[in-house]
Formats: sequence, structure tokens, C-alpha cells
Amino acid sequence: MTEKQIMTDVLIVGAGTAGLTAAVYAARAGKSVKLVEQYLQGGQIINASHVENFPGFESIAGFEFAEALYNQAIKMGAEIVYDKVTGLQDYGSHKGVQTEYGGELLAKAVILATGARVRPLGLENEDRFIGSGVSYCATCDGAFFKDKNVAVVGGGNTALDDALVLSFTSKKVYLIHRSDTFSGEKRLLEKLQEHDNVVFILDSEVTAINGSERLESLGIRNKVSGEEQTLDVDAVFIAIGHVPDNKAFASLVELDAYGYIKTDENCATSCPGIYAAGDGRVKKVRQLTTAAADGTEAALAACDYIDLL
Amino acid sequence: MAVVHITNETFEKEVMQAEGKVLVDFWASWCGPCRMLGPVIDQLGSELTDVKVCKIDVDANQDLAAKYKVETIPTLVVFEGGKEVKRSVGVQPKPAILAMLK
Repeated sequence: MTEKQIMTDVLIVGAGTAGLTAAVYAARAGKSVKLVEQYLQGGQIINASHVENFPGFESIAGFEFAEALYNQAIKMGAEIVYDKVTGLQDYGSHKGVQTEYGGELLAKAVILATGARVRPLGLENEDRFIGSGVSYCATCDGAFFKDKNVAVVGGGNTALDDALVLSFTSKKVYLIHRSDTFSGEKRLLEKLQEHDNVVFILDSEVTAINGSERLESLGIRNKVSGEEQTLDVDAVFIAIGHVPDNKAFASLVELDAYGYIKTDENCATSCPGIYAAGDGRVKKVRQLTTAAADGTEAALAACDYIDLL
Repeated sequence: MAVVHITNETFEKEVMQAEGKVLVDFWASWCGPCRMLGPVIDQLGSELTDVKVCKIDVDANQDLAAKYKVETIPTLVVFEGGKEVKRSVGVQPKPAILAMLK
């Protein structure tokens, strides 16, 4: 048998909170577990400066949480493969997971824990200036812009958290938001309003990312007055939400109009033996706790499914 | 080969004067993605036989970070014969890092 033909009990696509929790549960149930992760283990939470709403932890850095969960899964016996999943096949008694570099991986059950990725503004120069003034992670890159003027785009928890982190080190923080109300937590907003160096630019959108070699300024348009301005900044941190990443599975499992995977309450998809867990499935709340809960549900459902094969 | 931790003092000998390709990971302990990239860099360090894998802590070695204009971490730089030949900014998947080293 070649390596790719060895059958794994539970193959988990995505090593974020949902996937890693599923790995812990499936491994503890005595199943062999393989995680396939296209970027880094840990998922979105590694970008959160502090997590203050996970039961049992008053405050923990996002990456520390992720690191501990990853170590826990590996210690339980889960294996991680860094590869990109490009397709999924149902062979009845088992599933085939196609990867970009490692061929086809076989498994008795598959858990799709692909989560969601950051949504770009979709403007010219955005890609080109990543690492040269454009960033999606204030916790990671904020310190490089100490005593500089920076902007944050968005109105949710991530944007408010980013602005708060930056307000401690940057000279001025412009918070650009398309509305005049915030979807982020009130507590975060209040903390932010106590900082004199935070300037709120509301009802406004970014229309241009300008610069020759690196980001130099942003074009801003007020949606109410139509007024346009150019804002000189050294960095822009974009935090306008996420989009799912499930195209590779669309032929096998049912998705909703936005690309999220449809499941029942036990995380089972429309295809027997394939489960979905975390932010990538249709659900109302997308939090760390719900990702962990989904991972638990999906892993135990997958174990039950395998036991009855 | 295990991952080699580089400082301002050892950079010249370990990286510039090294034979073959050297992969340098500019990182810091406060940077979540850098720390999460750690297991990938460690995996590469133990799997690659023809590339030297190194890490530079940008906090402890600010001169090197400034000299190589590292603004965002993690930044990965490939050196060969004392010259920078490739660079990537931000988190890279393992296959992309392997592609940089080809």
C-alpha cells in the first residue's frame, strides 16, 4: 500500500477551533485522525488579541488558545498534513479527499471544518500592498506602525478590537465604518471612545488605496453627504468580515446561497459520512464556543457513523 | 537538521557564509501567526536535508529586521550565496514555502 491509500478513520478538513476540537474528540474515541490544513493550524482565532468569552478563561490571547488546542489534539494522536483540499468523492463505504500536493487521501468519515476567510475590500492595490501597509491582522502587524497614523475599516468586534490594540501604539487611529452604528460589542466601543487618538469616520467607505511602492493614503467617501477626502495613513487594517470557502465540496454536499454548508443539528451534511463544523456551516452564531460545540457534535456523529459501517 | 536560531552576531556566519539555500523566518513571540507558523518551520527543519532553516526574533535582533526592511511578520526570506533570492510576507502554506525553495 502506498501512503495515500492508507485509510484514516476521521479526516478533518481545516484545523481551526472546530476542526481541532473534533480531532480531540475523535482521537479520544480511539479513531485515527488526520487534519488537513491549507494555511496554519489555529484558524481565525489566532488573530484575536484577547478572548474574553470562552468559558473558564477570563482572558486569553487568541493564538495562545489555538496553540494549546493544537498541542492537545496532537498529543491525543491526531496527525496534521499541510495541504490544500481541492475536491471530495463519495465511494459509499469511504470517502476520497483530493489534495493539491498529496494526492487522494482516503477516510471512513470526513468533517468539513473549513471556516471562513477574511473578506477583502476588493480595491486596486489591495493585494499588491499586503505587507506594505495593507494588513488583515492588527495583532500581528500593529507594532510595526508605532507612532504612525493608521486606519481600521469595519464595524464589528474584529474592527473595534483592532482599533483598540492600535490605539496603544499608533499616533492616530482612524476607524472607518460604512454605518453610524456598530455591530461590535458595546463594551469594546466604550473602551475605544475613551482613547483620544481614535478618530471615528462614520457613514463612510474606502474608495481607493493609493501609493506607488507602498500604501500612502486612502480615498474616503461619505455615503450621506457624498463628500470625498484623502486620508494619509501608513497602514490600513481591513476587518470587514469573512466569506466561506466551500466551493470544492459543492458537488457533494448542499450549500446555501452564500456558500455555507447545510447540516442538521448533529452537523450531518446532505451526504452520509460527511459532516460540517464551525463557521463554514449554516448557522446564526459564529463564535469560539459554537465552533468547539460543532467540533464535538461532528466528531461524535462521525464516530457513531464509523461504528455502524 | 534542526532549526537554527540566528542573532545579529551569528547572522554573517550562519546565513551569509552558509553553503546552499538558507530559509530565514523573521518572527516574534508576541505575533500569533508567527507562533502558529512554528510547527510548519519545525517540520521543514526536520524534513529538508538540502536547506538550512533559521529563525530570527525581530525583537531581539532589530538591526537585522531593519536592514532587511521587515515590516510585517512572519516574513520568510531565502538566501543563497549571501544574497536574498526570494521573499514572502505573511503566513505561507507549507507547499508555497517548498515552492520558494525550488
